[in-house]
Amino acid sequence: MNCAIGPDNILYDTALFREVYNFVGMVLPCWLSFLVAGLVIILILVNAVLLGAAGFSWLERRLIGKFQNRLGPNRWGPFGLLQPIADLIKLLFKEDLTPGTADRIVFFLVPIGMVAPVILMMAVVPFAKDTALANLNVGVLYILAVTSVTSIAIFMAGWSSNNRFALFGAARGVAVLISYEVPVVISLLGVVMVAGSMSLADVITAQTLPFIIVQPLAFFVFVAGTTAELNRTPFDMAEAESELIAGYHTEYSGIKFAMIQAAEFGGVMAGSAVITTLFLSGWEGPVDQWLGWLWFLLKTIAVATIFIWVRATFPRLRIDQLLAFAWKFLLPASLINLLAISLEVYFLRDAEGVLTRGDLGIMTGINIALFVACVLIFGNMVREKVRPAVPARTPTLPRGVTIVEGD
Amino acid sequence: MYGLALVKGLMVTFKNLTKKPFTVQYPEERLEQHPRFRGEEFAWYEERCTGCASCAKYCPLGIIRIETSPSETAIPQGDKYRLEVFDIQINRCMFCGLCVEACPYDALFMGSGFEQGRYSRKDMVITIDDLRNNEKHPSTFFRPQLEAQNYDPRSGQPVDWRQAGRESWQWHQREKAGMRISRPTPGDNGSNANTGTDGGTGDIA
Repeated sequence: MNCAIGPDNILYDTALFREVYNFVGMVLPCWLSFLVAGLVIILILVNAVLLGAAGFSWLERRLIGKFQNRLGPNRWGPFGLLQPIADLIKLLFKEDLTPGTADRIVFFLVPIGMVAPVILMMAVVPFAKDTALANLNVGVLYILAVTSVTSIAIFMAGWSSNNRFALFGAARGVAVLISYEVPVVISLLGVVMVAGSMSLADVITAQTLPFIIVQPLAFFVFVAGTTAELNRTPFDMAEAESELIAGYHTEYSGIKFAMIQAAEFGGVMAGSAVITTLFLSGWEGPVDQWLGWLWFLLKTIAVATIFIWVRATFPRLRIDQLLAFAWKFLLPASLINLLAISLEVYFLRDAEGVLTRGDLGIMTGINIALFVACVLIFGNMVREKVRPAVPARTPTLPRGVTIVEGD
Repeated sequence: MYGLALVKGLMVTFKNLTKKPFTVQYPEERLEQHPRFRGEEFAWYEERCTGCASCAKYCPLGIIRIETSPSETAIPQGDKYRLEVFDIQINRCMFCGLCVEACPYDALFMGSGFEQGRYSRKDMVITIDDLRNNEKHPSTFFRPQLEAQNYDPRSGQPVDWRQAGRESWQWHQREKAGMRISRPTPGDNGSNANTGTDGGTGDIA
């Protein structure tokens, strides 16, 4: 049967999909082989995200242990590699509680709302050349839109739990997410402008120099914003354990809790994958194009390690410090980055609007200087001013009464 | 400077990443244990015990139970009592060591173990048969004669009653003879032997 899909199809660029589709299409009718190929890809993607979440949970616990001069989980399997499986089995066998006063339907929907954006986010990320599930021409916009769904899920969790700590955590989480959405979006505008496209595959091919050195300011803002959106230390106000029990997922247990945890860990992996794609030139590596998946994986793990390192280092910020950091530091920095990038692109591009490697080199020099200047200037603005100590007030005495010194 | 402080903090954690972990993997590795450790398996030497029940009287929790009956075997040799019950309810023991300090004949020693966890409270009683049959690794707590031999309870051989030494007995004899004894401390060269707590109380009186 001739079931070839044309270049107008959104899945045409996906080599994996094409292969599966053509292979299955030899025996099955066209519509069924399309369905089968799609399901195969979805299966691979979902399992990749969940496996990434499991792997990240292991990596995080081991590395944080090492950072704190401990060993981390090392009993189950070589180097404790099977620990995520043990965790999952434990959570599966725990009782799945729903509070009596909870809004049951919303409460039930939250884990799905947490996991779905993470998996959806990975749909447009190219693991290797032509291997994204869908090469959307609005990929960057799609990622920003999909990640915002998490804030709804967080608020649903807080509201439906009928628990004041969950509600506090959710309110804080939504405040953080909304604040950090703005600088993240603006920092990505610079990337899109230099790449000249919103498709992630085009962003990768445009990175003759990785954007991490071309736009260090955008990278910094994006990483800080992603950390906040993933609710990770030092921006984890939404689930601050020492203040809010567990924040918005206080009332969750059993498999629902497992799904929320999987969404958080998988979210870090997906965020790292997006950062790798946008700033570290994705699957491009020094050796061979066929090893693209390996370079992509290594870079993603490196970025995830940075997240763990930051978590091991910095203490949690107060909510006002957190919002001040977003509005007083990240937002002006991203705006300045946007202005600088747009001016540089305007003056450096040639007649066809293409930026050569040399142009990117010039931009690198300017932007690194700008990065240092911005960190110095805006960092000073965010810093808490030390108030002068208030002198102790002398007690007022009734008239006629005096204190005799040296009595 | 604002940014540099963050980098400095990151370097601090990075330095800790390269250090050796402090964790002791307990069942495989163990911390070195002090020889004066007051452990669970009491070392009891029946050959020396007269059944005076000093330990039972001194125990602040009253968890030692001793029952004796008149012995008919060797009364001329001083063997007047036969021990029938010597129960230590180890689950309530707080390991203060007062029973060991009270024993006038150096018959009771603290043990050196700490791994006697049981699933039932009934199992947590050291009976007289346990005390007889246990391998005796006495701790050097309140037994300076063992410490003088550099005896290590964890790695050393089980100690027989003849090897365990009998310092308290000698003190007891001298105290009975009306002498004021102050216990010599390690590193003491004998010059200030009488300035211990005993001497202090004597001054006040």
